[in-house]
Amino acid sequence: MATPHAIEEVELRGHIIDSLLLPKVLDAITAGGAAFTIKQVAIGNGRHDPSYALLEVTAPTQAVLDAVLAQVSDHGAVPTSAADCTLVAVDMDGVFPEGFYSSTNQKTELRLGGKWLPVADQEMDCGVVVDPDTNAARCVPMADVRVGQQVVVGHAGVRVFPLERIDAGHAFAFMNSPVSTEKPKRVVVQQVARELFSNRNGTGKSLLVGGPAIVHTGSGPLVSELIRRGYLDKLFAGNALATHDIEQSFFGTSLGVHLSDAHLAEAGHEHHLRAINRVRRAGSIRAAVESGLIKSGIMHDCVKHNVQFLLAGSIRDDGPLPDVVTDALEAQAQMRAAVRDVTFCLMVATTLHSVAVGNLLPAWVKVVCVDINPSTVIKLSDRGSFQTVGLVTDVEPFFRSLLAELDALEKDA
Amino acid sequence: MPTPRILMCPPDYFGIEYEINPWMNVAVDADHALANSQWRGLHDLLVDSGATIELMAPVKGLPDLVFTANAGLIYQDRVLLSRFHHTQRQGETPHDRAWFEAAGFEVVDDPQVSAGAFEGAGDALFCGDTLLAGYRQRSDALFHQAIGALLGVRVLPVELVDARYYHLDTCFCPLAPDEAVWFPAAFDRYGQEAIAAAVPKLISVERGEAQRFACNAVVVGRRVVTNTGCPKLHAELARRGYEPHETPLDEFVKAGGSAKCLTLRLDGEEAAGWRAPPSAAP
Repeated sequence: MATPHAIEEVELRGHIIDSLLLPKVLDAITAGGAAFTIKQVAIGNGRHDPSYALLEVTAPTQAVLDAVLAQVSDHGAVPTSAADCTLVAVDMDGVFPEGFYSSTNQKTELRLGGKWLPVADQEMDCGVVVDPDTNAARCVPMADVRVGQQVVVGHAGVRVFPLERIDAGHAFAFMNSPVSTEKPKRVVVQQVARELFSNRNGTGKSLLVGGPAIVHTGSGPLVSELIRRGYLDKLFAGNALATHDIEQSFFGTSLGVHLSDAHLAEAGHEHHLRAINRVRRAGSIRAAVESGLIKSGIMHDCVKHNVQFLLAGSIRDDGPLPDVVTDALEAQAQMRAAVRDVTFCLMVATTLHSVAVGNLLPAWVKVVCVDINPSTVIKLSDRGSFQTVGLVTDVEPFFRSLLAELDALEKDA
Repeated sequence: MPTPRILMCPPDYFGIEYEINPWMNVAVDADHALANSQWRGLHDLLVDSGATIELMAPVKGLPDLVFTANAGLIYQDRVLLSRFHHTQRQGETPHDRAWFEAAGFEVVDDPQVSAGAFEGAGDALFCGDTLLAGYRQRSDALFHQAIGALLGVRVLPVELVDARYYHLDTCFCPLAPDEAVWFPAAFDRYGQEAIAAAVPKLISVERGEAQRFACNAVVVGRRVVTNTGCPKLHAELARRGYEPHETPLDEFVKAGGSAKCLTLRLDGEEAAGWRAPPSAAP
């Protein structure tokens, strides 16, 4: 099968199983020289309940596709793009109408009044709300939808523009290789360096999503250097990264282990609680920095260099630090607002935060995921963030290499 | 058992004035006097079978108004009005609507359903609780999907592959909720399988008798009325306990119609699973 050049979605509804219309349509697609993917099938529960199928039809040329579509339309299979989208009013706050269109992170358009309109705030796993006065459409998460808002239902009148996929085979082959060569890693590190360099000198924004292993592995000073040199605009993390970073600043330890010599400190297990306690007494991380209580570290440099940070809480947090947003929906909302202008996202040594942020980003934001655990990268790809480039490596060597590449770029500039 | 009620339209203006199916040939016009005589023969036979005939006034310029089966699909006290495929027949719709409304039917013609053509009981027949619906010649599969939603019934669209059998009622005739007469070659493989799965007992007619419109039969109780020239079907019907009758209808075959096309059962076909006493007397 040649690479498809033409693609269309069609839907079929009614008693398509008993009448054999579904197999007939599938056979007609194949006989016409096209191929199909069944994207959705919902089979009616009872004898009188209709069924529904959403098919993706691909063909080598538009002419072949058109001929196939004409054939299957006689059997009741209609392109979803041929009609205006269907709008249904929300009848309960925080609840979409049944059958709502569930968004992807790909560029999306709606057909309204015969015209195609862009959807704003592109994000996966949301509904699409249309303002009837302006016909503006945007993605809205379930929790934020309000009574009376008009939500797109079904797939008719919706079209998606998938990004061309990165050659995932190569990346996966690389990650699955038992022996990693230096060259592929360096290429990725160089790419990251170029993105950060370009954003620092341009209008793009770079976001770091970081896990506490950054501090545990002794990479804190390296991230601080990135911040001081202006390469990071935003930081998303949890209570843990900030806590261990501040602990290191106060006690020279992370989880009670001296980072200078890897020895366990006397009563070191208490250090993270004491660090949290001091910051709580000071009122906030910023206050602790400004009063001189915190003198170094990632959080210190975020405050000093105006890097916006967002700490999202979890059930297992100690304390937490006063700056941690403990309301999950509030954290989500703040993240959503903060990623609006992000063009490059570096995810390091955190699985849950990476997946969460990956869900919020539109497909065109470049993402690099660095983790010693390949399953983190796989999760992001499987979840739909397939624009992610993965790097399976330890954190500290990564940051050290990154700074070296940035040094080279600055020298050449 | 309520009295069967059948709508017919006298053939005062019947004729072959256009060609919209392979049977029609404007060079071979209908014999007006003979057509009237044949129509009267069918009418009287149905009255003798215990049916009450209700009449629609014929309209000059609408030669096919005589084929009342195409006016709409009856479902309880509702009628789903036809949306004729050919412009030559579209002028019938206002007259059909007026008749149904005067007779007390709720006329269903949802403007929200914009999809396609539909030719009434010509293309949609209940067998049990399933509505079998012919498509591709005159009616559209998309409209059949809409019927399922509008009426809340199970609809099996089946493709008609031979232009001579352009309506379902020319090649499929429900006799009882679990039994029907059919001409398999008029359907594609999928349609044949769907019908065989949906209808437990099927009587196949041979090609020669199909061309005599054997499947275009009117069923009143156990009595089955067809055009002449269908002896094999009649023998099989008798074997199964039905009471076959014939009456010549060759003038209407010239227009591609026969006994069933000339009638519309108002209180529900014998085979219709929904059939119940009318909820409101006209």
